[in-house]
Amino acid sequence: MTQQPGLLTASSYDVEAIRKDFPLLDRTVHDGAKIVYLDNAATSQKPRQVLDALNAYYERHNANVHRGVHVLAEEATALYEGARDKVAEFVNAPSRDEVIFTKNASESLNLVANMLGWADEPYRVDSDTEIVITEMEHHSNIVPWQLLAQRTGAKLKWFGLTDDGRLDLSEIDRVITEKTKVVSFTLVSNIMGTVNPVEKIIRRAQDVGALVCIDASQAAPHMPLDVQALQADFVAFTGHKMCGPTGIGVLWGRQELLEDLPPFLGGGEMIETVSMHSSTYAPAPHKFEAGTPPIAQAVGLGAAVDYLTSIGMDRIAEYEHTITDYAVRRLREVPDLRIIGPVTAEDRGAAISFTLGDIHPHDVGQVLDEQGIAVRVGHHCARPVCLRYGIPATTRASFYLYSTPAEVDALVDGLEHVRNFFG
Amino acid sequence: MYQDVILDHYKNPHGRGLRDGDAEVHHVNPTCGDEITLRVRLAGDTVEDVSYEGQGCSISQASASVLNELLVGKELAEARKVQETFLELMQSRGQLEPDDAMEEVLEDAVAFAGVSKYPARVKCALLSWMAWKDATAQALDDKAAKSARETV
Repeated sequence: MTQQPGLLTASSYDVEAIRKDFPLLDRTVHDGAKIVYLDNAATSQKPRQVLDALNAYYERHNANVHRGVHVLAEEATALYEGARDKVAEFVNAPSRDEVIFTKNASESLNLVANMLGWADEPYRVDSDTEIVITEMEHHSNIVPWQLLAQRTGAKLKWFGLTDDGRLDLSEIDRVITEKTKVVSFTLVSNIMGTVNPVEKIIRRAQDVGALVCIDASQAAPHMPLDVQALQADFVAFTGHKMCGPTGIGVLWGRQELLEDLPPFLGGGEMIETVSMHSSTYAPAPHKFEAGTPPIAQAVGLGAAVDYLTSIGMDRIAEYEHTITDYAVRRLREVPDLRIIGPVTAEDRGAAISFTLGDIHPHDVGQVLDEQGIAVRVGHHCARPVCLRYGIPATTRASFYLYSTPAEVDALVDGLEHVRNFFG
Repeated sequence: MYQDVILDHYKNPHGRGLRDGDAEVHHVNPTCGDEITLRVRLAGDTVEDVSYEGQGCSISQASASVLNELLVGKELAEARKVQETFLELMQSRGQLEPDDAMEEVLEDAVAFAGVSKYPARVKCALLSWMAWKDATAQALDDKAAKSARETV
């Protein structure tokens, strides 16, 4: 058995203290089995601090935002806009007005695709242009671009994958060309955990004048995210994977782009003046936030950002790297287990997909569940990856800031049990 | 959930492999990637053969095997009754305790009663049964169309 790394028990990162913040981690399932929650890439658990913020909002401050002059409306507005400040600081945005609240990362990515579909030159995606994505995208970063391509006649291209779960950039100059209008790719793969080489792609995109959109859904919860350092034009992520509630997502976009690009959803909140013939629009970010926004959810996300920042994203990333390294090593000891994606912790996040002999992932997941171990099974909304590697589905264990080496051990023991059961 | 009967059918499936049929369908379970290609051959009002090929979890594969064992050789009306009873059991959310009459109709398939408690797995168990229903309807339609042409 691989030795549990000493760093994990060092006092510098008190995982047991962190676990106490998450009430759900204490619960038991199936007559007394303590939950081992390893489905963090699907959604994270929520700390008490976030639950309290949600409660406090509804119990004390609930009102609609940006309308009304009463005290509750002002408090709700201050809390909602305060959350925007927190998120802006969290991603090092140059301006708070570059942070658009959406309902999730899918909506953020759909918003970008629709902005570009309706844009004037020079941003307009039309029949003579190309869109570039990758084969490892979540469906939320594939389907919006397929729709845009179908509706505009633009050509959809993508980077393929290497056998070890990395992007194949060997043909980068042929994939990203003078015709490319937008390159959209994930920073960290939700199915394989691969961390992608952003710089190389962005440099090529900038050379040809293409916009760059980054899906940071699996990055924002786990590592420091600096939109200025990334040099992308758009960055999308979701709140519920980073200790926040469901129903709140973020799209960060460069200010001059947000000023130039047209709105997508129309309605209340996003306007300046409205007549029966035409309307003018509020400045960004409000131009892109039609209707009553997810107010409590934004407040909850603000609390999540505070929580993560109080621990430190650097330290979370460092801790998760150690856990990932340990998990990869231990999983490789399991007979018949094949990791789909990078087989070391180098340039990889904490989501680890694998197959176990001929045992179908559904059966693996079910027998693990009987032992209280929660993993995800299926194609993880990234079916092209399964097709690429010739497998119907995978089992995915994904770790987070509160995961422990003991949980890795429980998973490995659980997999032994699965093998015996179906062996 | 994993009764011995289910594991036995999973490890030693009955009637697996594609053979001649009057109709063929391909059904998938998009949430998990289970797939089945299933053919039905009818001889008059009798289910002469149900052949299939597929990939998926033990529940979906064992269920196809049980289907083959139960339905082949039965009169269509009888086979439909088995299918409907199985559907009823699987949609019971674990609330239905199979009685003697149900056990008599379902035989080995009664072992799937436990699966009905797991909403995510019900589709796995039903995959081949829905495919059979679909293929049988197609086979009958084709036969009806053919005899209509011959009458004309």
